[in-house]
Amino acid sequence: MRIAKRSILHLALILGAIVSLFPFYWMLVMSTSTTEEIFKYPPKLWFGSKLLVNLRHVFDSISFWHALLNTLFVAVVTTALVLFFDSLAAFVFAKYDFPGKKILFVILLATFLVPTQLSLVPSFVIMAHLGWVGSFKALIVPSMVNAFGIFWMRQYAEGALPNELLEAGRVDGCHFMRLYFNIALPALRPALAFLGIFTFITVWNDYLWPLVILTNHNKQTLQVALSQLNGIYSTDYSMVMAGTLLAVIPLIVIFLIGARQFIADLTAGAVKG
Amino acid sequence: MTTTTAVTAAPGPGAVTTAAATGQQRPKRKRELLSLYLAISPFYIIFAAFGIFPIIFSIYLSFHAWDGIGSMKYVGWGQYGYLIHDNEFWYSLLHTVEIWVISTVPMLMLALVIAFLLNTQIRFKTAYRVAYFIPNITSIVAIAIIFGSIFANNFGIVNSFLHALGGGQVQWLTDPWGIRVAIAAMVVWRWTGYNAIIYLAGLQAINSDLFEAARVDGASQVQTFFRITIPLLRPVILFTVIMSTIGGLQIFTESQVLIPGNSGGTNNAGETMVLYLYKQAFTQQQFGYGAALGWALFLIILIASIINWRLVQLRGRD
Repeated sequence: MRIAKRSILHLALILGAIVSLFPFYWMLVMSTSTTEEIFKYPPKLWFGSKLLVNLRHVFDSISFWHALLNTLFVAVVTTALVLFFDSLAAFVFAKYDFPGKKILFVILLATFLVPTQLSLVPSFVIMAHLGWVGSFKALIVPSMVNAFGIFWMRQYAEGALPNELLEAGRVDGCHFMRLYFNIALPALRPALAFLGIFTFITVWNDYLWPLVILTNHNKQTLQVALSQLNGIYSTDYSMVMAGTLLAVIPLIVIFLIGARQFIADLTAGAVKG
Repeated sequence: MTTTTAVTAAPGPGAVTTAAATGQQRPKRKRELLSLYLAISPFYIIFAAFGIFPIIFSIYLSFHAWDGIGSMKYVGWGQYGYLIHDNEFWYSLLHTVEIWVISTVPMLMLALVIAFLLNTQIRFKTAYRVAYFIPNITSIVAIAIIFGSIFANNFGIVNSFLHALGGGQVQWLTDPWGIRVAIAAMVVWRWTGYNAIIYLAGLQAINSDLFEAARVDGASQVQTFFRITIPLLRPVILFTVIMSTIGGLQIFTESQVLIPGNSGGTNNAGETMVLYLYKQAFTQQQFGYGAALGWALFLIILIASIINWRLVQLRGRD
């Protein structure tokens, strides 16, 4: 009886997992086949041998490597800045007392309530005045420090940083930045890993703002280039799918490396509230 | 990604306190305070410049007409007056709500079921969790492209499947409801696993003694579910409902990439509010009107969130 019950449980969960993973499988099938092979009845459900041909078509149609480098640049720089500024502020809020601390932290939390789409149009106009339209600055600078990361990391820092250690450092005459680099940063490493992956994925997948602001063709990010590829060659499914495959794989690899811990950290942030 | 409780900024019991600095140490304390304020200042500077200022500026912008090139013209409440009578806007609201309903309801129910199945003593839990979570880290552009082929009109895999079952073909990407179903399917696919994992974390936080006590008292599984699990999960459910509302009312990429042309396809069936805002501001260069649409969107999200919050609270009083 228990075995029967367990089997049904697994059956239901496996069915769900198949639905969850099928689009990836289908992407692989399509990007290794020709469009004619896919859109016939009955459909071909197994991998083909046309991957290299399809990939060559992608490289002929858009400057894929350029877009990839742009995306990598923006994602790496933004992530590095977020990690530095968020952990620095989190360290201060977790371990120091200073006048105005309470109100400053409440202001920080209140920024969660500010809706992002409301500022889409005015932000664009402001960027136009700054002369930042078409520049990576418009992508990096507004998102180089954020409330979510500071809040999340502060919670972690409170538990992970022993006060005795900080006190000892102070007695030895370490000034604030030394304490941050020598004691806080090493202790915050696990939290930095989560925030880093989270930020990288978010920036990599971002679409609306880069679409609006990166009007310069050779500054395009991968998502915008991919969408354009789809818009222009919408009937050449195999080729578009091969491009999609290339854009999706790096993230899946990064995610799978830290998946287990990443999921645990993400839910911890949501459920604690 | 936000949490729902206010957190006090009070220091922990042994936080580094330097308030009692003696006269001798005062310059040192002053220097330290300066570095502390400097350390937290980037967030406030960036937020003032790119968070608060755009919002104030968008009030100004929404009272003007501007095509992005010439000078701005003051039009008073003109943009808002136009908005009230703009059918395309109201239809975009209707389409957004339709997509939101047919995606959020099945998504959250499915997520709850998955969370229950995972909250048992079974093997491969981590593998299941990873499998269910992967859609969430996939870019929406990629998802829209993949789903566009899955739902393709002529022998996309869905239609092939229907054909194999003896059904007719559905023109998913040209039929108004077909378009909305395809968009909703993407949302369900991307967010069910995420919500399931949130629910699972909520379930694991419930004290298992309660379930044990219910079992001893002879409660059935269904009774346990409705009398214990759901009430105790309420805060987590509220969190997911509000997040789904805020996200669902701002759907853009799914529709913009699925149906090229920025108009949502047949009869604007897939034109959501944000897509309409994007079209007005960035393809028609109506920046003043775009700003006004932003405020309408904000107001609608605010009202929807309050309604959700009240509904979940009222249920709690039964």
